[in-house]
Amino acid sequence: MSDPFKGIEPMVYQSKINVPYSWWAGDTASKFYITLRDEKIILGTKCETCNKVFLPPRKVCPSCFTENREWVTLADEGTVLSFTVARRRFAAIPNNKKVPVIWGLIKLDGADTAMLHYLDEIKPENVTIGMRVKAVFSEVRQGTIRDISHFKPVQ
Amino acid sequence: MDRTAVIGVGMTKIEKNKVRETFADMMWEAVNKALDDAGMTIDDIDNVVTTSSDFWDGRTISCMAVGDASGAAHKNVSCVEGDGAYGAFYGMTRSLSGSYKTTLVTGHSKGSQSVSSLITNSAFDPIYERGLGMDMITACAMQASSYMHRTKATPEQLAMVSVKNHGNALKNPLAQLPMKITVRDVLESEMIADPLHKLDCSPISDGCAAVIIAHESVAAKFKQKPVWIKGVSICADSFFFGDRDLSRARSLTEAARKAYAMAGIKDPKKEIDFVELYDAFTYQELMWLEEMGLVDDAMAGKLLEKGEFDMDGRLPVNASGGLLSGHPVIAAGLYSMAAVVRQIRGDAGGFQVKNAKTGLVHGLNGLGGQSHCVFILDKDK
Amino acid sequence: MSKRVAIVGTGQTFHKSHRPDVNGQEIINEAVMRALEDADLKIKEIDAIVIGNMDHFEGINYVDCWSVDGSGGMMKPIIKLTTGGTTGCTVAIGGYHLVGSGMFDRVMIIGWEKNSESDTTGAITTAFDPVWDRLVFAGAISGLAAEAQAYMARYGATDRDGARVSVRDRKHATHNPHAHLRKEVSLEDVLASPMLADPIHLLDVCPRSDGACAVIMASEDVAEKICPKPDWIWATATRHSYSYLGDADYGRLTSMREGSQELWKKTGIKEPRKELDVIELYQPYSFGGLIWIEDMGIVGPGEAPQYIWDGNTDMGGELPINPSGGVIATNPIGATGLIRCAEAAMQVMGKAEGRQVPDVNFAFSSGFGGCWWTDMILHGRKKPE
Repeated sequence: MSDPFKGIEPMVYQSKINVPYSWWAGDTASKFYITLRDEKIILGTKCETCNKVFLPPRKVCPSCFTENREWVTLADEGTVLSFTVARRRFAAIPNNKKVPVIWGLIKLDGADTAMLHYLDEIKPENVTIGMRVKAVFSEVRQGTIRDISHFKPVQ
Repeated sequence: MDRTAVIGVGMTKIEKNKVRETFADMMWEAVNKALDDAGMTIDDIDNVVTTSSDFWDGRTISCMAVGDASGAAHKNVSCVEGDGAYGAFYGMTRSLSGSYKTTLVTGHSKGSQSVSSLITNSAFDPIYERGLGMDMITACAMQASSYMHRTKATPEQLAMVSVKNHGNALKNPLAQLPMKITVRDVLESEMIADPLHKLDCSPISDGCAAVIIAHESVAAKFKQKPVWIKGVSICADSFFFGDRDLSRARSLTEAARKAYAMAGIKDPKKEIDFVELYDAFTYQELMWLEEMGLVDDAMAGKLLEKGEFDMDGRLPVNASGGLLSGHPVIAAGLYSMAAVVRQIRGDAGGFQVKNAKTGLVHGLNGLGGQSHCVFILDKDK
Repeated sequence: MSKRVAIVGTGQTFHKSHRPDVNGQEIINEAVMRALEDADLKIKEIDAIVIGNMDHFEGINYVDCWSVDGSGGMMKPIIKLTTGGTTGCTVAIGGYHLVGSGMFDRVMIIGWEKNSESDTTGAITTAFDPVWDRLVFAGAISGLAAEAQAYMARYGATDRDGARVSVRDRKHATHNPHAHLRKEVSLEDVLASPMLADPIHLLDVCPRSDGACAVIMASEDVAEKICPKPDWIWATATRHSYSYLGDADYGRLTSMREGSQELWKKTGIKEPRKELDVIELYQPYSFGGLIWIEDMGIVGPGEAPQYIWDGNTDMGGELPINPSGGVIATNPIGATGLIRCAEAAMQVMGKAEGRQVPDVNFAFSSGFGGCWWTDMILHGRKKPE
């Protein structure tokens, strides 16, 4: 078969999907973020039926499908369940983070589920599953997940 | 319940960058190959299910790009978003419901056209997680850490998956990365996200696959010997990583259990002859095998060392080369299904395994294998 | 053997332009809870979930996976179907096949959208071919205006005919507590509203809404135990024949014509105008209410304006269309087609309250979107043969 591209340059069109989003956090996440921003306190929600505390806080218990009405203040310390270290500058990594970036799956004391966040003030080689870490809050807090700057090892 | 069978498959070669082809061009090739394989014309197809993703394609209503090339004009048609295995599942139910006889299922993807890290970052919850900047690679790397911590699987064992699958790809002319490599090559390749090296990860790929699923009433009317769908199930776990035991895939265990039950399989370790599973990363092959109950817990690495999953081993896994050797996201599950179909028909060519009677196809959706789809295909009805 | 399929419960949120009090998972949960309540089922009794929306309206990839906390899909089979504006009807048809296959007795079908979270037109623009159509002919209004112009030129219809349809739907919406816009307007109001794209005025078109809808379908083995008078699905049809905007026959909706002919053939309907009792049409702008019912075969080409002026499609008329107020009153896009299906089901089940059409035997619901695509469902009170 003859080459249909003989003498023809394959054209490539550059484009970008540029749709701005405004995600409504809802009343549950709003309360979580306002408390984090204003009081440096991490809250979870509790399902009284399952006796389970959720972080990130959930409005409805995914297991029994009843509303989580109770708020629980969680410790700012917890245990690393797993982690990874990005050695490459992946496109999704925020501009103000330096590679290597360490992410941990952290179970705070008092919660039954774990949250994702950064681990820092530690060399990647020294991170272990099971280690104890403590939240470091950002100086400037704007009501986002990065109002916690990162978690650092408990001395 | 009625039965359905796969009666035709067609795939493009998986390539790094199909710069000369549009989605529709790739689709046209895969669909025509599937029709030829089945001995059908497009008029023999009575409905179409495309599989695509608006995110991966950079297009709202991504199915619009391939409707005409799938031959869907003037036919009933739908679109599944997710892995191709889910498209095949839906296509099958459209026959079982008594509505249609011959369903063409297609899946297309061009990783080369977009930025995987940004697309998979968009799978994280926008309010609680996304701003942290994780993506599919870092999410799966975190899962790999969990899995290795629990099972004591070693980096060398993970590397052996890569060695095996890239080696298998040498026998598959459709594969993107046939390579003869060593464990050392894998371990010395760039560390991307601990504990995953570059050669622990599947590549960015372009490709398109099509399968034709027929109701039993017409399955034998065409050229190919039907390959029967004996069992299938889908199951999704919790979304947030912290809600799951990340070192486990209980949704896969459940999907596999139901698929075995539907297929009348009592002892999957004995009754499944070979597997094509979703090995986007090396650890996944080991982890999925265990979670599907095809090997004992925490034993997959050791059995791999013994060669059990080699092309001529006890349970050949990813004889086609798997996704490590070419990973067109979305189309992936259909490539795996097509590979299993060809094995059962005995026309897998260089990567044909022996005694291929009952094969398992595995697809997944979401971060760290949140949702799994398991098919059991069989030579006998 | 395949199973007959019925709708046994429906749930909708109260649709609004903005719902800042809930995030996406939570708005989905509202609809799911209401459907469970309507059918008196628990989430544990649901065997599988079909969900749909349009990705770029919320910017969330793998919505089927992300939404499990709201959908109740944890440790259940979930599939996601997405076909653009038709999505809501597409997911309903998906649920029909899942139940009909005999694999699942009770399936939860969900359509949702939080259109307030993004730029709807910006996102829709990316639906069209990036090389050919996207830069020159994009967004939803321009295509619809071209269809309306072509129809008017062909049959001599006027913008007053279009406005009459809008007046009807907006009046109907006042009887639907779930509708987003519930304000009656006059013909003059419509014609005096800002011109968006000739001949379409602002009051001729749908809003964008936040909302979710859930529908529970059950197999014939269990349907009547859950709901003594369920809504039976008689047949479905879909046509997505075009890929480029220029492919269409402007002024006629061929997908509706081909699909509805298939539907009538499958179900033995000979005179849809007489045999149907109510229609919930996915009609995002008023002129579609003229053109598309001609393509359905309700009336002949060019006859819709007079038929509608005579009041036949108003509540109390021969064949009421959009008793819910339709899409012109409420439009959370991924849910919109499923709301049509739910509203048609409620009509058949006798649960439509203030917007109930008496003695509904057959109802029709549809979805519209993509590149002049149509999905459709025929609902019936009696169990199909």
